Amino acid sequence: MVETISGISALYIFLLAAFAGYEVIAKVPVILHTPLMSGSNFVHGIVLVGAMIALGHAETTSEQVVGFFAVLLAAMNAVGGYVVTERMLEMFKSSKEKKHG
Amino acid sequence: MANLIEVVYFVAVALFILGLKRMSSPRTARDGIIWAGIGMIAATIVTFFVQDLNNFGLMIAAIIIGSGIAFVSGKRVAMTDMPQMIALYNGMGGGAAAAIAAVELIKLSAHETAMHGQVAINLAVLGALIGTVSFSGSLIAFAKLQGWLRTAVRFPYQQAFNLLVFAGTIGSGIYLAFVGADVPMIILFFFLALLFGVLMTVPIGGADMPVLISLYNALTGLAVAFEGFVLNNAAMIIAGTVVGAAGTLLTQLMAKAMNRPLSNVLFGSFGATTGAEEAAVEGSLKPIEASDAAVMMAFAEKVIIIPGYGMAVAQAQHKIWELSKQLIDNGVDVKFAIHPVAGRMPGHMNVLLAEAGVPYDRIFDLDEINEEFDTADVALVIGANDVVNPVARSNPDSPIYGMPILNADYAKNVIVIKRGKGAGFSGVENALFYADNTRMLYGDGQEMASQLIQGTKEL
Repeated sequence: MVETISGISALYIFLLAAFAGYEVIAKVPVILHTPLMSGSNFVHGIVLVGAMIALGHAETTSEQVVGFFAVLLAAMNAVGGYVVTERMLEMFKSSKEKKHG
Repeated sequence: MANLIEVVYFVAVALFILGLKRMSSPRTARDGIIWAGIGMIAATIVTFFVQDLNNFGLMIAAIIIGSGIAFVSGKRVAMTDMPQMIALYNGMGGGAAAAIAAVELIKLSAHETAMHGQVAINLAVLGALIGTVSFSGSLIAFAKLQGWLRTAVRFPYQQAFNLLVFAGTIGSGIYLAFVGADVPMIILFFFLALLFGVLMTVPIGGADMPVLISLYNALTGLAVAFEGFVLNNAAMIIAGTVVGAAGTLLTQLMAKAMNRPLSNVLFGSFGATTGAEEAAVEGSLKPIEASDAAVMMAFAEKVIIIPGYGMAVAQAQHKIWELSKQLIDNGVDVKFAIHPVAGRMPGHMNVLLAEAGVPYDRIFDLDEINEEFDTADVALVIGANDVVNPVARSNPDSPIYGMPILNADYAKNVIVIKRGKGAGFSGVENALFYADNTRMLYGDGQEMASQLIQGTKEL
């Protein structure tokens, strides 16, 4: 097992990650709001990793059932989030790029 | 191996943040999602090698089924239905975070927990609450946008009832965290949280849905971060928090664009307070034929097109771009003006126009284009209503007063393509339609666009 993240370092991580999230979005043009919302929706698909660990450690049947749903839902979040974001962003091309093909 | 896993998580998180950064500029947006995708795949693969994991069969089955369903539905859905798909996938993420917490709580009830101390238990419960509300709330939002649930549900003493359910959820959560977890209480807690998510979402009208979906997106991020702490997983903590913060900012930007404080979206409701105003609109509706409208645009120097949700419903974006190309060939300067809340989500119209092939350098935000309406010969409004209503500037009694609008009424001529004579989403009569320089082109968006194309070709 890797060392535990202690309370205070978790707080630092929260703080810095929150700033990073805020800064990353701060200057986004309106035209990318929907794709970006979709993209950030994809990013919290990382919950899949946690769901796999939860299911992997499940022992009783009820834990396995709930863990199974955790992984199922998380996989839908990650894959669905990726597919719709990619489809939306695929369409963003300037008039220059269009002429080239 | 444990070290390698940590390193891969670290790289994945870096890719997520860089990916989001790239997604915030049109030039690099496409790479952005691919970078984030690579991070996700890498993080998923190394997780199989985390120590002491079991149930690999179940795990792989769940991943294959979940991915399969999401892949097919994500590929098939029409561009106009994107907002509700985002709501749906977001709800899945919230549900997953809640389910992780449920597993941990069941373990806690059997005294075999791996949770480290009281802080972890508190965060597990808090994450479960947020994730569950996001789950059921997002599903209701999906049902509403999909048209399965049309009316805003309101009943007497609704806010008091909601408050009661919320208090019950918090109470059972506190019991779980401090008194001790037992299975009946866990079930009660999740049931109440699910119910609260439903109750919170049903009274909110379709126009406010984008703000709500964005809020739930941020909440899911937060829930993921909390469960990440419970599982001692830095990748989840950071990615979740980044989304939580970014989503909160995005929610604020949207609420601001609609001039609706978030508290109004959540607790107030449009229409319930109106009734007193409805100042009589002066003037009359003046219809125009498509052929005349075509002439007007073909001989204009500058045409600004204002699309709204009606264009999405009529699937008219392809025809509108065809018309625009026709006009551009005639030497007309054609620009698209997008209101921040046009459609069902900010950027929704941009996505649709991009799908039709409109290059993004012809598409302008409210701030960029509003001064240009003075010099425009024709403003073509298709399927937009409240976002061009001058009442928002002039009538302090109107429920949409103060909302920034596109100044379409400053153009020399305004042509409005509209299916019928109904009011907009807010239910407010539109003064623009009665203005002296406005002509109404009644009919289906796609059909009218075709006729306009025909009209310009015949010249």
